[in-house]
Amino acid sequence: MSEIRKGYVRPLDLKHGQVDMAHGSGGRAMAQLIEELFAKHLGNEWLAQGDDGAVLPPGSGRLVMATDSHVVSPLFFPGGDIGCLSVHGTINDVAVMGAKPLWLSAAFVLEEGFPLAELARIVESMADAAREAGVPVVTGDTKVVERGKGDGVFITTTGVGVLPEGRSLSGRKARPGDAILVSGTLGDHGMAIMAQRESLGFESPIVSDTAALHGLIAALLETGADIHVLRDPTRGGLATTLNEIAQQSGVGMMLRENAMPVKPAVAGACEFLGLDPLYVANEGKVVVICAPQDAERLLSALRAHPLGADAACIGEVRADPHHFVQMTTGFGGKRIVDWLTGEQLPRIC
Amino acid sequence: MKYIDEFRDGEVAKGIAAAIRQEARPDRRYHFMEFCGGHTHAISRYGVSDLLPENVRMIHGPGCPVCVLPIGRVDQAIRLALEQGVTLCTYGDCLRVPASEHLSLLKAKAKGGDIRMVYSSADAVALAQKHPEKQVVFFAIGFETTTPPTAVAIKQAKALGLANFSVLCCHVLTPSAIASILESPEVRQWGTVPLDGFVGPAHVSTIIGSRPYEFFAEEYRKPVVIAGFEPLDVMQAIRMLIRQVNEGRAEVENEFARAVSREGNLKAQQLVAEVFELRKAFEWRGLNVIPYSALKLRREFAEFDAEERFALDYRPVPDHKACECGAILRGVKKPQDCKLFGTVCTPENPIGSCMVSSEGACAAHYTYGRYKDV
Repeated sequence: MSEIRKGYVRPLDLKHGQVDMAHGSGGRAMAQLIEELFAKHLGNEWLAQGDDGAVLPPGSGRLVMATDSHVVSPLFFPGGDIGCLSVHGTINDVAVMGAKPLWLSAAFVLEEGFPLAELARIVESMADAAREAGVPVVTGDTKVVERGKGDGVFITTTGVGVLPEGRSLSGRKARPGDAILVSGTLGDHGMAIMAQRESLGFESPIVSDTAALHGLIAALLETGADIHVLRDPTRGGLATTLNEIAQQSGVGMMLRENAMPVKPAVAGACEFLGLDPLYVANEGKVVVICAPQDAERLLSALRAHPLGADAACIGEVRADPHHFVQMTTGFGGKRIVDWLTGEQLPRIC
Repeated sequence: MKYIDEFRDGEVAKGIAAAIRQEARPDRRYHFMEFCGGHTHAISRYGVSDLLPENVRMIHGPGCPVCVLPIGRVDQAIRLALEQGVTLCTYGDCLRVPASEHLSLLKAKAKGGDIRMVYSSADAVALAQKHPEKQVVFFAIGFETTTPPTAVAIKQAKALGLANFSVLCCHVLTPSAIASILESPEVRQWGTVPLDGFVGPAHVSTIIGSRPYEFFAEEYRKPVVIAGFEPLDVMQAIRMLIRQVNEGRAEVENEFARAVSREGNLKAQQLVAEVFELRKAFEWRGLNVIPYSALKLRREFAEFDAEERFALDYRPVPDHKACECGAILRGVKKPQDCKLFGTVCTPENPIGSCMVSSEGACAAHYTYGRYKDV
């Protein structure tokens, strides 16, 4: 006869268990999932309160808030997974505003039947990324949708940071003559995802560049250089980001194809698939637009940081009533680097 | 990247550009048509025209597979997906080609059609194997380069006894399109399209060889230089064409000797002959109905012919009234001559097929070269 232990609650089966509708019902099953998975890994003083929201101290300066949903497929890819990506993506959105990221929220939409073991891997990866970045997840939410109504896991994160008085970065501030820098090689994330897709049937050594950039950005801001715009070239790649900035600032740009940092493996995979690395997503790169006299100083600061070793100056801002982003090709001609049309790669972040 | 960078070298390009400037006679103009969309794309993307002297001009040809696909064929594919409930597989470029009733395959997908982008015809066969309960149709388009893989897929389906796989065959033939251009009144009678020679297809020629072009050189006295898709290939081919014109020659020359032989890929040709036969007539966008210009499945493979299986009829649909795609595909007009270009017709909302694929003359000019128009 087996003995029934008092006060024993059978823990979540993290090996073989699956998400079911009860995990989103608001009942005991949900409380257990939160406690044994989310709170366990992400745990901090705010989550420990178990309240509906986090009570946070007022920061010094203005608040910056950014949000980002993550729907990447596959969920796990070389160099990362949806967990760390959802932390990095939002930290970067806050950081490129010139702010110091302080807190994150995380909302999960889980699909019925999703293995708890994979969810645990994702939450652990998120926790590691948040810990490493020093930006805790202070509040969150979990919902479960029926099988077939989601794709495993969707994660939405929101970040809050503080911006010191007097600092103001914006996509509207690029001026003719400004230098355009990029912190490293282009297209790594998008091609790492692409190479994972089974239908392509090729193996590659390409690893996603997903990383939190607030440390690198802090180092740039500390130089005191005259930085006008910072932006992370994610979906749509560098080309799309520069077109957004050109439009916002009402300027044109002239780039140099020969100056673009692209890893040979990424260039090769792009060639093979007929893609252009300038349109392929990055998750750990920043575009810097600055006064021309400060370009060298900022390049040195970028290259001194592990995340900016391959930084390069890729062109400059020009006056142009048509807001064209153009490029001198390595071949010796000239062309437009246009907005991305349609979707080049599906569901990359 | 080895074997790529060598063919994009800016220094070598400067050398060829200097030679072209030297050899092109200042007292005449040179008009060459690059037949293939692949060349159109390379010329726009690398800025090849910037390196050519003013009296050497390129005319974009009709060799872009999705550009020549008439609305009626896309409509057939959409009908299969929306009315017959099939899983329709096709190459990515096809998805945005405008069809009737403001639809495209992409919009039909949003309406609930099961439409999938595949990278290869083999993916469509694999899908049919995996889902025996679904009818899977491969919407097969393209010139001679994409035809052999479709033939392989059909043979594979037959060997596997797949009862749920079929092909909507819209494969077309390059020599027919070239002949149609050369026979057009603009070239032959009115002389409104001056044409001094062709940059001949790259990938197509790896399959069919250089021999089929000999007829055009002899019969129509037009030089043809087969060229690879890299920008240096195109530059070198232009230089070779200028030489032929200067010397009064009209021959087939092969700049792309690293991949193209006179006979072509005999195994691929045999495979295509085994599975396909000529259609009596086929409608092309811009070039109208051209006799014996496209392929259909042979009787022995008729069970894999989607047109037979689903009793599809073909209904031709005229292009948008103001759309100049037809004239652009024949080299009669340039993209910027079209009223719709860059206004209501953009890569985001294409009205005509030439604005869809990156190989289309309008899309290539809009994406890479429109700064020259302002």
